Amino acid sequence: MPRKLLTGNGAAAWGARLAEADYVPAFPITPQTEIIETLAKWIGKKEMAARMVNMDSEHSMITAAGSAAATGVRVFTATSSQGLLYGLEMLYTVAGWRAPFVLVNVSRGLAAPITMEPDHNDILAARDCGFLQIHCATCQEVVDSVLMAYRMAEHTDVRLPVIVNLDGFYLSFTREPVDLPDADKVREFLPAFDPHETKFRAGEPVSQAVAVLGGGPYSYFRYETHLAALKSLDVYKEVEDDFADLFGRRHGVLESYRAEDAEIVFVMMGSFATKAKEAVDRLRDSGEAIGLVRPRLLRPFPAEDLRQILCGKKGVAVIDQNLSVGMGGILYSEISAALYGRKDAPPIITSFIGGLGGRDIKPEEFYEMITTTKLAIFNKMTPPPRLLYTAQELREIRKLQGIAHVEKEDKANVKAEETKP
Amino acid sequence: MYRIRFHGRGGQGMKTAGRILGSAFFLEGFEVQDSPRYGAERRGAPLTSAVRAGRSPIYERGIILKPDLIVVADDTLVPVPAAGVLQGVEDRTAIIIDSDINEPEWHQRLQINSVIHTLPAPKDLDRAEMPYVGSLCAGAAARLTGVISRATLEQAVLEELHEFKESVIEENIERALNGFDLLADYEGTVIENTDPTALNYQPPQWIDLPNESVNLAGPAVHGGATSVEVRTGLWRTMRPIIELDHCNKCTWVCGSFCPDSAISVDPDGFPEIDYDHCKGCLICAAQCPPHAISVIPERDSIEKEEA
Ligand code: SF4
Ligand code: SF4
Repeated sequence: MPRKLLTGNGAAAWGARLAEADYVPAFPITPQTEIIETLAKWIGKKEMAARMVNMDSEHSMITAAGSAAATGVRVFTATSSQGLLYGLEMLYTVAGWRAPFVLVNVSRGLAAPITMEPDHNDILAARDCGFLQIHCATCQEVVDSVLMAYRMAEHTDVRLPVIVNLDGFYLSFTREPVDLPDADKVREFLPAFDPHETKFRAGEPVSQAVAVLGGGPYSYFRYETHLAALKSLDVYKEVEDDFADLFGRRHGVLESYRAEDAEIVFVMMGSFATKAKEAVDRLRDSGEAIGLVRPRLLRPFPAEDLRQILCGKKGVAVIDQNLSVGMGGILYSEISAALYGRKDAPPIITSFIGGLGGRDIKPEEFYEMITTTKLAIFNKMTPPPRLLYTAQELREIRKLQGIAHVEKEDKANVKAEETKP
Repeated sequence: MYRIRFHGRGGQGMKTAGRILGSAFFLEGFEVQDSPRYGAERRGAPLTSAVRAGRSPIYERGIILKPDLIVVADDTLVPVPAAGVLQGVEDRTAIIIDSDINEPEWHQRLQINSVIHTLPAPKDLDRAEMPYVGSLCAGAAARLTGVISRATLEQAVLEELHEFKESVIEENIERALNGFDLLADYEGTVIENTDPTALNYQPPQWIDLPNESVNLAGPAVHGGATSVEVRTGLWRTMRPIIELDHCNKCTWVCGSFCPDSAISVDPDGFPEIDYDHCKGCLICAAQCPPHAISVIPERDSIEKEEA
């Protein structure tokens, strides 16, 4: 099939269509809605043989997705931001059921203050629930990752739901050339879901959401989920090879861009990482040995793959498009934990918080992060974490605050007048 | 890489314009990235769309800071600072404005050296209801690049609008080709910019955010006075005008229907519209019992004021 221009949302919908999902519970939210609108259109025109049901909330939507997956049908659903968090209780629950399905999350910053634009605090709130997570940087990766996600989720050694994440606006509404996988080859890569023995069936009652007390049984089930997630790393590598053989594109657990011979590497996730690639090219042009490592899988965490590429580097600059309030960048602590105490671990890991709420990261900011990291290597001192935020941005917020507080100040002035003797 | 930025208002088809140009580049064998950027999702509010086209995969994303070409579908946006029409403009940047103000006049107003092309703007129309202006702009932009053929442009319009009825498609093709033909003399004048270098870059002026009192740092907006500061009148594409000869002073009608509280009562009991804040929703005109509120395109009223 020739390449075509598709938005990230369009690519996600194509993923569901090519995977021949049977059931799509849905609830709209910007910037995800286009995905379910596209699916609804196809289902309406009978171009896709799925059943779509509009639910009353994301909480019900995720419950329905997990329940349907537990009966052995292939399920697709999608949400974003506030919606993902509204369904958070059920994310833990359906992962505990070991119900495999694919949920696309279109990242968008969380309220308050409310915004439409992307950062990763929504998806990272679901970090520990038992869903596996694939983070995409291009529209091509979105469609490919949805297909790979089903293979991983449905594998008998794994049986866990997977979230495929793409950034709002920067992928969701952005068109890029996409090579749509051929439908017949997809059937070869991803045969119909065979749940084997673990499924609900009429006349054979099973209780899947059992209650356990005493801690021992609970520990067992939680840890088994964890072991399945760890095991999915091996399964992923099989899936990656099969995908590369059939479609000629390899999507690893991480993307390593000009990192092998680099002295300093950026580490970041999501679509903003392509901006980092651009910066790497410019820095290489000017003679700097810089690279990029972009984890695609966050859960399971590809710690060993990260160590292999990062150990021996002089420095690592981690850019977090998220903020754990009261701690700092989430990826920074995960990368540091993976490297601490290992042979040839990089002596300096710098932390940058950037792109919150879709705030742009400019080329010169990437260059300056390298300058900062070089200085830290020279001084043998890790600098404090740095928010990417400029004097001009502070002036802009001062202007907005001037407007937002105008009446308050007026009142204060009136009061001051009134209380004058 | 080509970096092209479209500016228009919600309802003027800027997303479609970007997509038509993006598809045309793609059909000519370019790697392409196109993306609209919305603010307030409302008819009449300023929005932009970005098109990048190059010969290798595109890693840049988001807003275009240094465009090779700026295309403005609505000339009333040029003086609106929030619309950022001239952001990143350099001498080498070409500008297309859909406007019946001529080019020397624009040069004088804007005090810039860039080449400015104007496209004929339709008169007496609500500019937020100009479904074809996007195609006109896309066609004109395509010609300036010099790498898109007339046939490719037509094919791109067809691909983007194939779900619409035939008459709409035909009309759009006609407008796009019209834009393409109008700028025939300037074919190929927009040049791809070279990639910026990392050598001698200007360091960003990063600052350490001060820890401030919650009085300031909580995202609160205090009271109605803020609405006074935000001049939403800039969103207006159509202007309601009260004809006092026909007005029977029932100001509780227009005054209460106006969702922006932009109608007040003057000392003689007549309604008065605050054009700094009237968004041009025209609810007042629809509700006025004796039809005393007429409506004219905003651009005409600007010209009248200037005359
Ligand atoms: S509703 Fe019409 S007639 Fe009544 S006060 Fe307003 S403008 Fe005048
Ligand atoms: S057009 Fe709308 S905003 Fe303007 S005065 Fe009339 S009702 Fe108010």
